[in-house]
Amino acid sequence: MVKISVTHEDGTQQDVQANPGLSLMEALRAANVPGVVAECGGSMSCATCHVIVDANWLTATGETSDMEDDMLDCTTTERETGSRLSCQIALSEELDGLKVSIPDNQF
Amino acid sequence: MGHIEGQLVEGHLAIEAPDGVPVWDVDPYQADILENPAPFYSELRAKGPFVYIPKYAILACGRYKETKEVFSDHERFVSSRGVGLVDFKLADPWRPASIILEVDPPEHTRVRRIMAKVLSPKVMREQAELFQSIADQMVAEVVAKGDIEAVADLAERYPTTVFPQILGLKDSHGQHLLDYGAMVFDAVGPDNEIRRKALSKGGVVVPWIMEQCKRDNLIEGGVGDSIYSYADAGDISEEEAGLLVRSLLSAGVDTTVSGIGSLLFCLAENPAQYETLKQNPQLARPAFEEVLRYTSPVHSFCRTADMDTEVSGVKIAEGTKLLCMLGSANLDEGHWPQAARFDITRSVQGHVGMGAGVHGCVGQNLARAEVGAVLQAILAQVDKIDFNGAAEWRPGNSIRSLANLPLTFTKKEA
Repeated sequence: MVKISVTHEDGTQQDVQANPGLSLMEALRAANVPGVVAECGGSMSCATCHVIVDANWLTATGETSDMEDDMLDCTTTERETGSRLSCQIALSEELDGLKVSIPDNQF
Repeated sequence: MGHIEGQLVEGHLAIEAPDGVPVWDVDPYQADILENPAPFYSELRAKGPFVYIPKYAILACGRYKETKEVFSDHERFVSSRGVGLVDFKLADPWRPASIILEVDPPEHTRVRRIMAKVLSPKVMREQAELFQSIADQMVAEVVAKGDIEAVADLAERYPTTVFPQILGLKDSHGQHLLDYGAMVFDAVGPDNEIRRKALSKGGVVVPWIMEQCKRDNLIEGGVGDSIYSYADAGDISEEEAGLLVRSLLSAGVDTTVSGIGSLLFCLAENPAQYETLKQNPQLARPAFEEVLRYTSPVHSFCRTADMDTEVSGVKIAEGTKLLCMLGSANLDEGHWPQAARFDITRSVQGHVGMGAGVHGCVGQNLARAEVGAVLQAILAQVDKIDFNGAAEWRPGNSIRSLANLPLTFTKKEA
């Protein structure tokens, strides 16, 4: 299992456990984490699964593709250094302990 | 497992039934099934993960798991051989193939990126006022009438009004847009009456569509014009830009017509849900997602196996056409609790009402913006939505849409 620490906009914390192989979006949705909408289901079309990855985890979560990069320019909450689409982060054991925060608005 | 030596059926190689796969002598494109598909979907799912349909020598799937797997695995199950029954490797498509729908990565990625940008959530947010003002006015007109024919008065009228403006068409013609959409979506089916009737309109409609795709016929600053800006930048050719505008004209109207009509149908059929929605307007977005799940505007598309492979223990031969019943996957009780119930409060994420994977609907932000604006206008102005006669569905080879929807709108007191 992979543990993910989620920080909400109001500062509250939530821990999510997920199986490796899922995308971070799928794990957050399965745990009903509020604020992760993921309307398009992972087609990189809607930018509503926007999360901000903690600076220490940016390398481990991998490269951002050109398509994801384009979509991150379209998020409702302004893009930050750690901004990612959670549907594009594949969970693996290496990401155990991953820290992300959820922006206040997805659309 | 294998092919029936060299034999083509509907433009693809006829396969034999793989071992262990139930054979079902049914025609999924029969008008009565298309008009009322739920019993067909139920039986399809009950028979197994795949069935073999001898009439077309194809496999069909309707359970959520396999449908999603086949539909989104673009490496094993390609779109470049056509998303209908014709295998483009063996027979010519009815028109030059789409450079976004009917291609695979990496080629697909290059053009998809451009389309995703010109149809991005940001672009739609910038146009929010246009979407809303047209919706408010149109809904006010139908509310004043009270008794309406919701397909013509709203479901067709709104997209054929707003979409040409978003696209930036200098010349617009609602009926041509609707007829071209029908050609594209009915052409993916077999050579049946529905397909022949749709394609028979091509003589007038196709030249008109091709004319509107030209740079000179697009208003500066619209979505069509921004596609051409990528040709100026050298990312795509001038010809490719024209084909991408054609893609928008192909897929951008009939789908949202279906979405709006089905939304109104669902609300009329479920008055308690409409009450819930009025009291909780923040459910408007998820309500449309539930409409997508419950009605599936695109009920099915095909994929073609590009290699010998296996799914859920079923051996699938290279060249097999697989009919993916998205409408059935969205109603699979094995995946959705109380699947047959329309419920705007359910967790609906993961539905395949906009497809799945790299080919997931690239216009979905536009669709949500249009339907969202109409729904906001209705919530603001309409107290009650009632049927005023029987709704009729239009049999389509890939689109599920209403032909008639007589409704009565009761005006909300100010």
